[in-house]
Parts: sequence; structure tokens; C-alpha cells
Amino acid sequence: MMEMIVEMFSYPFMARAFVVGSLVALCSALLGVSLVLKRYSMIGDGLSHVGFGALAVAASLNLAPLAVAVPVVIVAAVLLLRIRGNSRIKGDAAIALISTSSLAVGIMVISMTTGMNTDVYNYMFGSILAMSDEDVRLSVAMAVIVLVLFVFFYHKIFAVTFDETFAQATGVKADLYNTLIAILTAVTIVVGMRMMGALLISSLIIFPALTSMRVCRTFKSVIVNSAVISVVCLVIGITVSYVWGTPAGASVVMVNIAALLVYSLIGLLRNKGE
Amino acid sequence: MPLIKCENVSIGYEGQTVVKDLDFSIEKGDYLCIVGENGSGKSTLVKSLLGLKSVEKGQIIYGDGLKQNEIGYLPQQTDAQKDFPASVYEVVLSGRLNSRGFRPFYTASDKKEAFDKMELLGIRDLEKQCFRDLSGGQKQRVLLARALCATRSLILLDEPVTGLDPIVTGEFYGLIRNINRDSHIAVVMVSHDIESAVEDATHILHLQERALFFGTTEDYRKSRVGKTFLGGAHDGNDR
Repeated sequence: MMEMIVEMFSYPFMARAFVVGSLVALCSALLGVSLVLKRYSMIGDGLSHVGFGALAVAASLNLAPLAVAVPVVIVAAVLLLRIRGNSRIKGDAAIALISTSSLAVGIMVISMTTGMNTDVYNYMFGSILAMSDEDVRLSVAMAVIVLVLFVFFYHKIFAVTFDETFAQATGVKADLYNTLIAILTAVTIVVGMRMMGALLISSLIIFPALTSMRVCRTFKSVIVNSAVISVVCLVIGITVSYVWGTPAGASVVMVNIAALLVYSLIGLLRNKGE
Repeated sequence: MPLIKCENVSIGYEGQTVVKDLDFSIEKGDYLCIVGENGSGKSTLVKSLLGLKSVEKGQIIYGDGLKQNEIGYLPQQTDAQKDFPASVYEVVLSGRLNSRGFRPFYTASDKKEAFDKMELLGIRDLEKQCFRDLSGGQKQRVLLARALCATRSLILLDEPVTGLDPIVTGEFYGLIRNINRDSHIAVVMVSHDIESAVEDATHILHLQERALFFGTTEDYRKSRVGKTFLGGAHDGNDR
């Protein structure tokens, strides 16, 4: 067991995968609680598809992938938030539109340039080998920013999530915090999607929040539990992926499914016990 | 000086005026009921009083130490709140946010304020309970406690008894009455329950795109509008 762990960390790509993965898992869990409660769960899915399109275009034009993807996904995130409510196309339809459009653009661009190859496969389903030193630096910076902002604005994020109208009426700039959450989500998704895969990254946003909500009954405990569950599931998932050679993204999601089932069971038993 | 004074106010959406030419004021300690049919502009007026929607014409003036963000608002409940994991304490404490400004954390006096309001409304023992597990009446008390945390002089209630059974409704009206009388907090309540409104309110604003009536409850009972809407039951029969 110990030998296996030591061996695993002796590979630089594994160490990078653990660092980037844990930080992405932490950030997405924090942001996910607010997104799930505000009924924005699908935003993560939509944004990851936009990210796929942006990465494909960047690759075909020989541009730095993150330099293209990050701004494009941020714009998409802000747009998707704005669309809610005051638009002819409603939120869920808008997300579906934008996400399938970006996917189609990405596939067209790839098929016209490099052709459908392993790169595409890796974008879609993720690769544990994908993380570079630059990703490590970016993910550390991102995690620090998300954590600091989250702690600093915690009470305002709670107020805006629980009751946006009341928060606005008492002078909280709800739009500002919604935009902030959207931007942080966008960056988190872009950083995490090459490891988790464009199709699976949104699971990191949704699963930990839902899992901890099965059992926890205060906002603070939901937040703390989500963060812990998310990081633990990711570490187990990556280890599984290393040991059995399974795809990283899918392994992490499988562990998250197991966690959700366990927590649902605990929640059920506790309700019966009362 | 009145807490809120509306001068010749018109409000609308995309060029369509919903309410127009409103003139009324709310004084310290008043209990104003805003009544009217669905679509008569009540909710729109509430949004403007809270500063969530700008007026097309005229102006709303806040006075007597009341700032716009210090109105204790009790909104209608949203879908998201039905399964929201938050303790009663967390919800009530969030009413103190407007006193925070950019400072990120609550102080001991904020926490004391939250406990005082919970005590006042008889929900101190629910402190650690999850909001989603409460009954309808308890939820409204929690949101009322939060509203009281946000204000010193005026609370604004938007259809607060919707979905409550008659007994709980009666209790809730009693709470509002006590807050109004004992704490000298002005109450503005939006309601379609006109009969109960005239029981407690000192003033009535009857909306139907414009103000059909604004004045004291006494005058409302005697007015033609009042008589029509209240029916014969209350004629010359003042409590």
C-alpha cells in the first residue's frame, strides 16, 4: 500500500494531477453549493462545452489554449446569468443552445484541421496526463482567489443565494455577486476540464453540493462538507484511475456517485430515526 | 417628516404604466395596508419602495432617519427556499447585512440583535432547526425576525399570510399588531384580505392602477370605495 502511494507520487504528472485536481475540486464544491441552490446546476455543463469549443479553436489556430478558453468561457458565463428571467429564451433552453452550438463549432473546427484524434478524445473525457506546470501555477492562484473571496463575501453569498430580493432590498449588490460566482465558475471549469473531461467536469460542481445536502442542515455545514467530500472523492478517484488504468474523470464521478448514495442512505436513516 | 413620501409617482414596465399618480406618505408608527385586486400594481409599488425598480415619474422621498436599504422587507417565499439547507439562526442573522457595509463578518452586537428578535417572536428555541423543516407559520416568523433585524423604523410585508391556515393567520396578525404598537415600528402590508386589513391598519391605500383611496381606516369605511369593497358588514359598526 505505502509502496504504491510512494510510487504514484514519484511520477511528476501524478503529483500535478493531485494538486490541480484537489484545488479544482475544492473551488467547484464551494461554488457548486450556491449554483445548485440557485437552480443553476446546468450552467457548469454548458460552460464546459463552451470551453471545449474554445480549446478546439485555440488548438487549430496554434494559440495558447488557456489564454483563449478562459476569457471566452467567462463571457459565456456572464451571458448565461444575464439571460435568466429577462429574455425571450429561458435559462435552461439558453444553456442547451449555447452548449450544443459550442460543441458543434469545436467538432467542425477539429475535423477540418487535425481530424478527430486522441486530442479530441482527451478533451471530451479528460486525461490524467494533461496537467502542465503552468496548470499547477494557475490552479493554485485560482484556488487562493476563490477561497479568499469566498471567506470574505461568505455572508453576502449566503444572503444572495437564500433570498436575492431581500438581499437587494437591504443594499447587497446581488448582480455583482452573481457575476463574481459566474466568473470564478468559468475559470474553475476551464482549469479542470482537461483533466476531468468536458463532458464530466460539471459533476464536480453538482455532486458534492447535493451529497452534503442529504445530511447537513445548515448552510455553513453544507459548504464545509461539500469541500471535504469533493476533495476526498477526487483523491480516491485519481488513485483508482492510477491503479486500474481507468479514465480519471469517469473514476472521480464514480466515487462521487458512491458518496451520494452513502449520504442519501444516512439521510434516510436519520429521518426515520426521528 | 414622514418616513416615506411618494409624490406624484408613476411606475411601469417598458413604457406600460402599471400604477400612476400616487401621492401618499407613511408616518412614524403608521400601519398602512395596501389593498387591491391582482394586477393592480401592489407588487410593483413594493419594488419601487425598496429601490429595486426605478420610478417613471415623480419621486419617493425617505425621511426621519430611514434609509432605503433599512426597510425590513418580508418577501413572498421563493421555490428555492423550500429545500434550502439553512438554520433559523443563519437566516435571521442575514437581516443584519445592511449594517455591515463592506465589513465581512458579523459582530457580537449583530448576533445579540438576532437573538433578541428571535426571542421577541417566540422562535428562540428553533435557533438550530433547519428552515426547510419548519411549518408555514414558523417560516413566516423567521422571515419576520430577519426583517426586524434589518430595520429600526419600518417593515414592509408582501402578502405575508398567503398559504397560512386561519388560526396561524390570526396569530401572525397579532404579532404584527404588537410590533407596531410596542416597538413603534411602522408597518406597510400588502394584502388582498381587505376585511382583516381594516381591523388593524390605521391607514389604507387602495390601488387600482391609481390610488382609488388613501387615508385613514375610519375614512375608508365611510368612503364609497370602502363601502363597495367591504360590503355592508362594516357600515357604522366601528369595532
